Amino acid sequence: MLEQHLAALPILLPLIAAPITLVLGRSSFSWAFATLISACACLFAWQLLALALTNGAISYEVGGWPPPWGIELRVDAANAFVLLAVSALSTLVLLYSKDSIEKEIEPSKHTLYYTAHLLCFAGLSGILLTGDAFNLFVFLEISSLATYTMVSLASDRRCLIAAFRYLVMGTIGATFILIGVGLLYMSTGTLNMLDLANRIDIAESGRTINTGLAFIMVGVSIKLALFPLHMWLPSAYTYAPSAVTAFLASTATKVAVYVMIRFIFTVFGLDHVFGSMGMDLILMVLAIVAIFKCSYKATVQSDVKTVLAYSSVAQIGYMILGISLVSATGLMAGLIHIFNHALMKGALFMAVGAVFYRVGSVDISAFRGLGKQMPLTMAAFTIAGLSIIGVPLTVGFVSKWYLVTAALEQNQWVLAALVLGGSLLAVIYIGRVLEAAYFQQRPESEKTIEIKEVPWLMLAPMWVLVLANIYFGVDTSLTTEAASSAAEWLFQNNEMPLGNQAGAE
Amino acid sequence: MSDFIDLVLLAMLALTGLRIIFLKDLFAVVMLFGIYSFLTALIFINLDAVDVAFTEAAVGAGISTVLMLGTLALTGREEKESSHSSILPLIVVFITGAALIYGTLDMEPFGNPDNPIHKHVAPRYIEDSPKEIGLPNMVTSVLASYRGFDTLGEVVVVFAALIAVLSLLGVPKEGQQKAPASGLKSHQVLRVVAKLIISPIILFALYVQFHGDFGPGGGFQAGVIAAAALILYALVFGLPNAVAVIGPRFLKFMAAAGVLLYASVGFFSMYKGGNFLDYNKLAADPVAGQHYGILIIELGVGITVFAVMLSIYYAFGNQVERSNIQ
Repeated sequence: MLEQHLAALPILLPLIAAPITLVLGRSSFSWAFATLISACACLFAWQLLALALTNGAISYEVGGWPPPWGIELRVDAANAFVLLAVSALSTLVLLYSKDSIEKEIEPSKHTLYYTAHLLCFAGLSGILLTGDAFNLFVFLEISSLATYTMVSLASDRRCLIAAFRYLVMGTIGATFILIGVGLLYMSTGTLNMLDLANRIDIAESGRTINTGLAFIMVGVSIKLALFPLHMWLPSAYTYAPSAVTAFLASTATKVAVYVMIRFIFTVFGLDHVFGSMGMDLILMVLAIVAIFKCSYKATVQSDVKTVLAYSSVAQIGYMILGISLVSATGLMAGLIHIFNHALMKGALFMAVGAVFYRVGSVDISAFRGLGKQMPLTMAAFTIAGLSIIGVPLTVGFVSKWYLVTAALEQNQWVLAALVLGGSLLAVIYIGRVLEAAYFQQRPESEKTIEIKEVPWLMLAPMWVLVLANIYFGVDTSLTTEAASSAAEWLFQNNEMPLGNQAGAE
Repeated sequence: MSDFIDLVLLAMLALTGLRIIFLKDLFAVVMLFGIYSFLTALIFINLDAVDVAFTEAAVGAGISTVLMLGTLALTGREEKESSHSSILPLIVVFITGAALIYGTLDMEPFGNPDNPIHKHVAPRYIEDSPKEIGLPNMVTSVLASYRGFDTLGEVVVVFAALIAVLSLLGVPKEGQQKAPASGLKSHQVLRVVAKLIISPIILFALYVQFHGDFGPGGGFQAGVIAAAALILYALVFGLPNAVAVIGPRFLKFMAAAGVLLYASVGFFSMYKGGNFLDYNKLAADPVAGQHYGILIIELGVGITVFAVMLSIYYAFGNQVERSNIQ
């Protein structure tokens, strides 16, 4: 029975657990329950990925109605791979939350935090696994609402303005996606993604469909914080509670990148999007500007959370750059970077949250002398930071390697040089923090305050991610296998007819 | 004729929208928002989308107006001067509008029976749903069965809205509200009229809830209408009296219970060997199974929507009372 419903369980478990968590009430109960559920979902995601790699796509008909009349969940290597990253990060962040939110969220709101986290996780899983364009919008709403809530939970009042800006921008993005899906439905009469792909007739109603494409692309770009639509992101990540930032930075924008990939490759078909619409050039230019402009911005900020937030926008640039190369290697580089960036940014934001837990500030001056006082936290920050830069033996290197390979495949030497140039800026913004931590002394006035290492429940998830950064940097078999088969799948199955698939029936 | 009505309604809608943009008096803006929702509801009726119109009237014109008024009670009714320049947003709006108009150029003619939208999935909904599901109201068939997973998602969206409001405004504490001045003590006429109409409103809500299979209606509308009855009670007789009837903590429990009731139907059909939300498996006769399934999930929707709407009102009302005491 478990096998039969495997595709639905990663959505259903957190979806049902959220209201139960709200009723549980007690902070420690809800923490344990939410973590347990998230861990189970992670286990199912792992099995789904294994199944999708061996059997190909799995289709699950919700309500027993066949697509396109009913809603279909459709799991293939691409979404199972991203789901694994999302569910693993969700579990680790929940473990980390227990101590972290004590400092940053009022005790009466702890249960609400865990409920919102589960809702967000359920929404993200739904976006990933669904094969239905409108169903995707519904889950986008769930995850977005939960996200705004989580950003607004911090005790720093500035988080309210950040959450409100995020709400306004996010709602515009979601509305654009809805308009786009509506236009597609009007011209095709279906909402199922594969069915849409078959029925989109550019010759018949080209302008309506192209308008739909434009609305969806702009809406998704807001959600994934593509330059110049990223303005909501730095303030939201800076003022949200640390655990929330760690979760959102490593999952929410990545899922939006996946949505963009899905719409380009599965629904509209890359011939149309990149061939006749020429969107690859637009995406490539925006991605390169994002990498340089936002990496530069990251080097001049003083709040380390803001530094990392700008770095996130730049890293999203790398993912989009991979997609815009229109090759299987490029897409694979983008997919690998989705996974790897989750590992890096999760660890970095957790380390910064640990500093806030002990020092009470995340300004760069607060990091002075921490190399001695919080050695484990700063070591984690260092390794994850090296990963962002792209040093060999870390996952960052793997991402950059495939990205450069993809660029060189097409003899784009300038592009390859730009990718490496972006890494130099990362050296500066990560280096500034490391310099403060290891080579500067704590000011005399603050020396009286003793600063210890954070509780092990915060260190453990952080170090799991750090070790994953190294492990997947050395043994790349899982990530490359999953990403390359996902990329090939997306490329080859551009026009696969409906219902013609192997899988669990 | 229908085109002419549409034209008049859309013109009024545009006028209302323009008025909303330029008015500085927020109380008037909230009233205009109510009018806007009613006009939209009328357009939906003209499009034969009675279920949607019903929801728009109940939620857009009813509950939203009350909640926005509640906010105004806290913030004051004059709009502050905006410090932002409005050039960039204006350009964005123009581009969006132009894109939408461009999109209409290749649109299928409105109402043409040969449009793709009428030829692909719709025929099965129209021709087979009476046999497969057995309900005269096809909107309910699509919403609750064919696309029941979306509806579960929508209920969770409503639930997520509750989480958002509670995390911003806090859960009202029970038993410590002793605000003597709340309610409308001096308005005898209002008090008598309210007392007279509250029970018919609740009865109507139950009718809408259980009549959704046969005519326009269902859990969303019923939940909002029932919540409106209690909000009316709270407005006229004071928040503490309403809290004495249904407390915020019980409402929180109800909101969760509605979602769980909906999902439990899905899990039960999984237990019976079907996929999630496959109502055919709920009874020996598939059509009877569909009927049970839809009845129960609509109840789940109604419970959650009722509880969330009332909780949100309590959260706002509690803030207003607190600021009044201070």
